[in-house]
Amino acid sequence: MNACHPWSAERAMTIVEDNRHLRGALLPILHALQEEFGYIDEEAIPLLATALNLSRADVHGVVSFYHEFRREKPGRHTIKVCRAEACQSMGANALVDHIKTRLQVDFHGTTADGAFTLEPVFCLGNCALSPAVMIDENLHGRVSPDRFDELAAETRANPHAHNQIPRALSHSHKGHAQ
Amino acid sequence: MSGHLITVFVPRDSAALSVGADAVAAAIRAEATKRDLPLRIVRNGSRGMLYLEPLVEVETPEGRVAYGPVTAADVPGLFDASFLTGGEHALGHGLTEEIPYFKKQERLTFARCGIIDPLSVEDYRAHGGFRGLENALAMSQAEIVKAVTDSGLRGRGGAGFPTGIKWNTVMQAPADEKFVCCNADEGDSGTFADRMIIEGDPFCLIEGMTIAAIAVGATSGYVYMRSEYPHATATLRHAIKLAYDEGWLGDNIHGTNRTFHLDVRVGAGAYICGEETAMLESLEGKRGMVRAKPPLPALEGLFGKPTVVNNVLSLCSVPIILDKGGDYYRDFGVGRSRGTLPFQLAGNIKNGGIVEKAFGITLHELLYEYGGGTITGRPIRAVQVGGPLGAYLPPSQFDLPKDYEAFAAQEAMVGHGGIVVFDDSVDMAQQARFAMEFCVAESCGKCTPCRIGSTRGMETLDKIIAGKNVDANLTLLADLCDVMVDGSLCAMGGMTPYPVRSAVKHFPEDFRKKQHAVRVTHIAAE
Repeated sequence: MNACHPWSAERAMTIVEDNRHLRGALLPILHALQEEFGYIDEEAIPLLATALNLSRADVHGVVSFYHEFRREKPGRHTIKVCRAEACQSMGANALVDHIKTRLQVDFHGTTADGAFTLEPVFCLGNCALSPAVMIDENLHGRVSPDRFDELAAETRANPHAHNQIPRALSHSHKGHAQ
Repeated sequence: MSGHLITVFVPRDSAALSVGADAVAAAIRAEATKRDLPLRIVRNGSRGMLYLEPLVEVETPEGRVAYGPVTAADVPGLFDASFLTGGEHALGHGLTEEIPYFKKQERLTFARCGIIDPLSVEDYRAHGGFRGLENALAMSQAEIVKAVTDSGLRGRGGAGFPTGIKWNTVMQAPADEKFVCCNADEGDSGTFADRMIIEGDPFCLIEGMTIAAIAVGATSGYVYMRSEYPHATATLRHAIKLAYDEGWLGDNIHGTNRTFHLDVRVGAGAYICGEETAMLESLEGKRGMVRAKPPLPALEGLFGKPTVVNNVLSLCSVPIILDKGGDYYRDFGVGRSRGTLPFQLAGNIKNGGIVEKAFGITLHELLYEYGGGTITGRPIRAVQVGGPLGAYLPPSQFDLPKDYEAFAAQEAMVGHGGIVVFDDSVDMAQQARFAMEFCVAESCGKCTPCRIGSTRGMETLDKIIAGKNVDANLTLLADLCDVMVDGSLCAMGGMTPYPVRSAVKHFPEDFRKKQHAVRVTHIAAE
């Protein structure tokens, strides 16, 4: 489930303050902002530039370099489908076509009902159980088109379901991707 | 069972979770409650037989008995078959360690993975954990470096540089601060060993990094994780916290005057950050742009300080070297490739998973004796070794022994030990095009051969695939590949041509399909 807190410069500043002591703080801060708001708002760029004593071009350069950082609010769930070689060998290209047709959406797009944002990814580390798909932070293996339809339906029906293994005991900072 | 609580193991490895391990664990718990059978469920790492996941194990007096692949629906049947005492069942495989796939392996790096509770320091210690670090704490820096040099350990990330020599450079560099950075940006398709060991035996990495830090005189370290591995990141963060709590990290490690602080940083979906200098830039909070070398990171690395950059598997091989000695490790392997490598069988393979063996094993053995051929049952046509920058090899080369030099001679890479299998339905021209497309998407853009070359390469391959001036375009493609290999700043542009050239060389017919079709149409028209 993606975060759905509306953008707030005040909240963003708190996140910056919580993390600015870190060395090389920009990436951890960007991750924390995306975790909070679901994306990196345009207003965050000048705010980060001032806080970290960087130029706006520097901050923009970092945000735009990494595939993971989004500039627009995502759907409620993110679907990452692996396009790399191991998954290709097990029919990932056909799976991608199926998903795009089924969800009526292209890569980086969000479905009309706001449920899913579809992202391509190069390798989820599940290469012996290809093809692989990640929905939010839940990894799925041996995903046939039929299995994908089931997973999408389950996600719509039960949006808060997740693996039972407890999530991070955050050590020094919250630096996860969404 | 005379009051002794039965232990059942259900993996928490991402791959096992991806095929329903959580549902299986929940079903076992529910069924045990229903039948009033008290039991203890340990969420272990994976044994690496991913084709059997979710692999459920039961502790018996004879050893652990395996059942797999188990679904939640199989669970009542397992109870009916008395699986808690190792009873027979259609999904049963007998003793886990007698399964041939597992038994024939040489598990040094992965010795504990799948056996212990990954987040129990006690379990880790009971299986030999922290013995290497304890030895290191009593040794001089030079003695530690010598042990690693003597072991013959080479970097497991791809380049195969001798680890001991790298450490020696950092140890001898004078500086007010040094770093140890672990490259856990495992972006190559077909590789998952880093993820598996971090999820299944995270203290092994923490121990390896701490030994490295003591050896070179570093006081801080970072693990650079992929954002695609949220579960491994969570496990590692948890393990680091436990290690701090028990005095294995932080100031005055176990009462000594040694200090090492370790933190996790998460990348953001850029393949190039697996290149060590791009990774350092990213750790500094910048774009992941490749740096020119020299200066070597060993002298001017993170924040300009001397830095050890090692792969997860290199660092996870260090504890056993310090525990059992460099000679013990060096006795495995062939030629200049010493020790073991956890090979990863991936893609269209019947028995996919981790096979840790000494160097020198052939592809044929890995693909057929362990892998069992393709899962589709069709013949293997090609394998890609060493990730997206590695060559495609045809069956005629499957007798090649797995060692750094033998593979380099074929423009193939042992790399991180990943092997991706394709059956005879693969179109190698499309795979060659994908190699260029991947480089277009992932190039950092700093050097021209990589940034522009990949785009031109993709366009040229599109023309070849469409049957346009095939001979002339193949010549152009070969020339472009030469420029990229010779002129790129790092392996991204420098090795993208390997899969392309090998596909053209070994599977030329796939690049002339349309050309032939066009010709046939002309003849028919005449």
